[in-house]
Amino acid sequence: MTERQAPTRRRDAPTRRVLGVCAVLAAAGFLVFCAGMAVGDYPIGLPGVVSALLGSGDAADLLVVRELRLPRALVGLLAGVAFGVSGAVLQTVTRNPLASPDMIGINAGAATAVVAGIVLGFGPGVGTQVLGLAGGLTTALVIYALAWKRGTTGYRIVLVGIGVAAVCTSTTDYLLTKAQIFQAQQALGWLVGNLGGRGWEHVRPLALATVVLVPAALAMSAWLRTLQLGDEVATGLGTPVQRARLALLLTSVGLVGFATAAAGPILFVALIAPQIAQRLAGLVRPPLIASGLTGAVVVLTSDLAAREITPAAQLPVGVVTGALGAPVFMWLLARRNRDA
Amino acid sequence: MPELSATGLRLAYHDLVVVDDLDLTVPTGRISVIVGANACGKSTLLRALARLLAPRAGVVHLDGRSIHAIPTRQVARELGILPQAPVAPEGLTVIDLVGRGRAPHRSLWRQWSTVDDSAVLEALRATDLVDLAERPVDELSGGQRQRAWIAMAIAQGTPILLLDEPTTFLDLAHQIDVLDLILDLNRRQGRTIVMVLHDLNQACRYADHVIVMKSGKIVAKGAPGEVITGGLVEEVFDVRCQVTPDPVSGTPLIIPIGRHHDGKAG
Repeated sequence: MTERQAPTRRRDAPTRRVLGVCAVLAAAGFLVFCAGMAVGDYPIGLPGVVSALLGSGDAADLLVVRELRLPRALVGLLAGVAFGVSGAVLQTVTRNPLASPDMIGINAGAATAVVAGIVLGFGPGVGTQVLGLAGGLTTALVIYALAWKRGTTGYRIVLVGIGVAAVCTSTTDYLLTKAQIFQAQQALGWLVGNLGGRGWEHVRPLALATVVLVPAALAMSAWLRTLQLGDEVATGLGTPVQRARLALLLTSVGLVGFATAAAGPILFVALIAPQIAQRLAGLVRPPLIASGLTGAVVVLTSDLAAREITPAAQLPVGVVTGALGAPVFMWLLARRNRDA
Repeated sequence: MPELSATGLRLAYHDLVVVDDLDLTVPTGRISVIVGANACGKSTLLRALARLLAPRAGVVHLDGRSIHAIPTRQVARELGILPQAPVAPEGLTVIDLVGRGRAPHRSLWRQWSTVDDSAVLEALRATDLVDLAERPVDELSGGQRQRAWIAMAIAQGTPILLLDEPTTFLDLAHQIDVLDLILDLNRRQGRTIVMVLHDLNQACRYADHVIVMKSGKIVAKGAPGEVITGGLVEEVFDVRCQVTPDPVSGTPLIIPIGRHHDGKAG
C-alpha cells in the first residue's frame, strides 16, 4: 500500500481558495461601494469619491459624498453583510439551503410591524427602525416558541416559520387594504427594500449590530461545524445543542432585524448570498465572511443597477434583488429536488 | 479508565415509559453488547448512557458523577457516541468528517495541533480509509461510509465508545469488517465498548459481556457462553431454538427452529 502523506493543515482552517474568494469579493465590494457614490445627478469620478472618503479633494464633492451618498452606501454595505451572514448561519443551523430569514418569516414579521405603524398611525412616533426590529425579533420568538417541543429541531423551525410567514404576509395585505392611498404608497416603498433617503441615523444602529453580531457568529462557527452533522452527533461531540442553536438563531435574527429596520426587507439576499459564496469557495457549508461580502456585493450592485437602469424612476433595490434572486432560488429548488 | 453505570433509570418518550428501574454497570475495558427483541428499549438505554436522552428518574454515572451534571464538552472527551444511521452533509470529505471528531479537544484558543493531526491519521489508518480521505462521504459505499463515521468516533479519542447498531444496512462482509474493527479498538487500545446489535450470533461472538433485555428490563447479563441458552432465547425472542457451540469461535450459536421444522435433524 502506498502511504499517503499525513494531513498537515488544520482541517477546519480557511483554505487558500476561501481566502482568495474573500479578497476578490472585498475588492469587488469596495469598487461598487465607490461606484455607487460616483453616480447621480451630480456625477463625481471614482478618484474624486476616494479622495473625498479620505477627507481631501473638492469641497463640493466632500459634502455630497460624506453627507448625502456615504450613508446610503454604508446602509447598503452593512445590510448586505448582515443579510449574508444571517442567511449563512440560518441555513447551516437548519441544515437546509432553502432556509433564510425571508423564507421563515422574520422579514415578514418586521414588515407587518412597520406597515401597521404606518397604517394605524403610530409609526411616526415610534419610528420605522424600532418597529422593524421589534417586529422581526417578536416573530423569531413566536416561531421558536411554537417550534418548541422538549427542544427544537431545525426542521420544525423551518416548517413553523413558513406558516408564520404566511400569517404575517396576509396581515400585512389586510392592513394595506385598510390604508389610505398615501399610506399604502409609503408602506410599499419600504416593503420592497429601499436604500433611498438613508442617513446617518440609519447607519449607526446597523453598524453597531454588525460590529457585535458578526464576530459573535464567527466565534460560534465551531458549533456550526458540529450541528451540521445532526443533533445527536453534535451532542456526542460535546456541543450543547439547544443552547448553541438558540444563540445562533438569535445572532442570525438580530442581524436580519437590524438590516431590515434600516433598509427594508431586501428580498432574496439572505437566501442566495450564502449559496453563491459556498459555491465560489467550494465548501460544504456557507463560509460566514465570504457570505457577508457576497451579500454586500449583491446589494450594492443591485442598488447601482436600479439607479442606472431607470434614473428617473428611482427603482428600489429590492426590485432588482428580487428579479435576480427568483431565478437563483428556482435553480436551487430544482437542484435540490433532482438530488433528493 | 472512566467507569459508566446507571442506577434506577426510568426512560420514556412522551408518556410512554420504555425502561423502568434499571441498574447497570458497564464493565470497563470490555465489549458489552445489548441484545433484545424490537422495541425492548435497547437503543433507548444506549441513548440514555450517551446523555442523548434525559432519564425521567435515576442517574447515569460517568466516573461517579451524574453525566448530566458534567459539562457536555468534558463528557465528549470521555465518551463517544455513534448514533444509528447518521447523515453527512452533501460533499463533506472523509478527512473533514474525521477531523470534526476532534471538536471536543478544540476551542477558540486551542488551535489545530499535531496531536489532532495524528489522531485523524491514526483513525483513517485504523479504518483503512487513507486512500479515500479526500472523497465525499455521500459518494462512498455503505460499508465505507460507516467506517468513515466510526473513524470520526475513533479520532474523538474517548476511552468509552457507544455504538447504536453499527452494522445496520451493511452486507455480511461489511458487517464482519466493522465488528472486527471494533474488536481491534478494544483489544489494542483497551477502549470500553457498548453497542446494540440485532444479530444474536454476532453478539455472542464479539461480546465479552452480553446484556439481554426484554420489555425494558435486563433479564440476563454476563459472558455469552454462560448466559445464552435455548430457554433464555425462547423467553426473550419468543422463538424456539437450539444452541450449539459456534464451530469457528466456540461461542453460542443460536439456530431458530420455526413452525415448519421439528428441531430434530435428519
